[in-house]
Amino acid sequence: MDKDMKRSIILDNYQNPDKKMVSGDEYIKINTRNVSCIDNLDIYLKVNNGIIEDITFEGEACVISISSTNILINLLVGKKVEDGIGIIDNYLKMINEEEYDASKLRELMVFDDTSKQPSRIKCATLSANGIKEFLEKKKNHS
Amino acid sequence: MKREDFKILDNNLVYFDNGATTLKPKCVRDAIIKYYDQYSANAHRGDYKISAIVDNLYEKTREKVKNFIGAKETSEIVFTSGTTNGMNMIVFGFFKDYLKEGDEVLITLSEHASNIVPWFILQKEMGIKVKYIDLDDNHEVTVQNVRKAITDKTKVVSLAHVTNVIGDERPIKDIAKVCHENNILLVVDAAQSIAHKRINVQDWDIDFMAFSGHKMYGPTGIGVLYGKFDLLDKMKPSNYGGGMNAIFTKDGYVELREIPTRLEGGTPNIEGVIGLGEAISYIESIGIDKISEYEEELKKYLISKLSDLDFIEIYNKENKGNIVAFNIKGVFAQDTAVYLDKYNICVRAGNHCAKMIDNVFNISNTVRISLSFYNTKEEIDLLINVLKNSSNIWKEIL
Repeated sequence: MDKDMKRSIILDNYQNPDKKMVSGDEYIKINTRNVSCIDNLDIYLKVNNGIIEDITFEGEACVISISSTNILINLLVGKKVEDGIGIIDNYLKMINEEEYDASKLRELMVFDDTSKQPSRIKCATLSANGIKEFLEKKKNHS
Repeated sequence: MKREDFKILDNNLVYFDNGATTLKPKCVRDAIIKYYDQYSANAHRGDYKISAIVDNLYEKTREKVKNFIGAKETSEIVFTSGTTNGMNMIVFGFFKDYLKEGDEVLITLSEHASNIVPWFILQKEMGIKVKYIDLDDNHEVTVQNVRKAITDKTKVVSLAHVTNVIGDERPIKDIAKVCHENNILLVVDAAQSIAHKRINVQDWDIDFMAFSGHKMYGPTGIGVLYGKFDLLDKMKPSNYGGGMNAIFTKDGYVELREIPTRLEGGTPNIEGVIGLGEAISYIESIGIDKISEYEEELKKYLISKLSDLDFIEIYNKENKGNIVAFNIKGVFAQDTAVYLDKYNICVRAGNHCAKMIDNVFNISNTVRISLSFYNTKEEIDLLINVLKNSSNIWKEIL
């Protein structure tokens, strides 16, 4: 993917994030603010019978944070919990410059050179870590 | 002004984050290296020559601090690890015994975490009540609003002299007067002001004050706690052990030393103290009033240039001081900071550890520029030019 293409996907998910909305009582809300001084996202998750039925998010954060959250969520919705965890693990490996399976990451590939900007790594992994923690708890309790 | 004293500025760095920490002049570095190279002994052990030198430098710094803030006695100056440490000593070493359940502490919504969280913990531990002084339309504290917030239960007012988000200066001397008329003690967090404004603890009648060395051109890990002698004398040490005891015997009898030594248990941060002493001499060689005047002029210039840009929102146009808080409209503060960093311009983005500030501004994150005397109008012009081209921001940072 060339740089212009990446930029336009990142920006589109930042400026028109389709999953950015508050969700109701049937969702479980987690917050990511404790990890970072500045990004503050609430994530709403609906997981039933081992399936990630829906995720939305709301809050204030930087372009990388919002965009990566929106793209990740779109990739996770409809997947089994363990497959979701697999996607996130792969994504985190990519961000941390470890070996990863690119075929699983689709649009998340726009962040494949984020590791070159160390100050952005936290932004790119904030939601992924929060969602992963939640999904792992779900997996262990089901 | 004096840019040549800062080696780091040789690399075309535009450093606008002086509220976080200031740069260190060569003389501070040299003083620390000299300590390690020539007399790196412990303090208060003056039985040999190099130790006596250290003793002397250590206590000389106390004297310099005393004179710098206008304290009455050197015994009122305690070395700490920084403002946070000082504020915690004040809250838990003094006020935990001084206050009773139901007593009230007055702060504001724009305080830094270190003047909020310790009080919240004390509130939880012993049932005191933390209340807020209203801010005016400029987000500033007025004497009138302090008066309004006082009740017969108010026992302490605890305020930053200058806040770290918008840089407004509080009328400390007038507030102290109101406090003392009502038998209230006044605690001042001087972290943001100590390197930028002249402070006189005696003239202003401040009861306790804390500040950090690294925000005044000194090293990190060193700070100062000031307290009026009679109050400080009642403070409980947070560290018991070496250096602070006078006598102890096998039946458990302990007698502690006098202040300030009693409050400085353990081997102190000697290089920090020596560096701080050098930093104070450095500030005084320029003159704190001259620094104040220059920085205010610089801020006016920055505000006037920023005001010309219609895509910039400024949050503290009216406040004096050395801090400007702004955003590029529609751009998250952190993205602006990353963009400016591409041009070697260092600014801070965020809530600046004042996490209740969104109650004041209706916006929690800003880009903060905090100026120092080594900043110049040319640097501001460069910033303005970069901001003018910020329609390119996504191309630059993505």
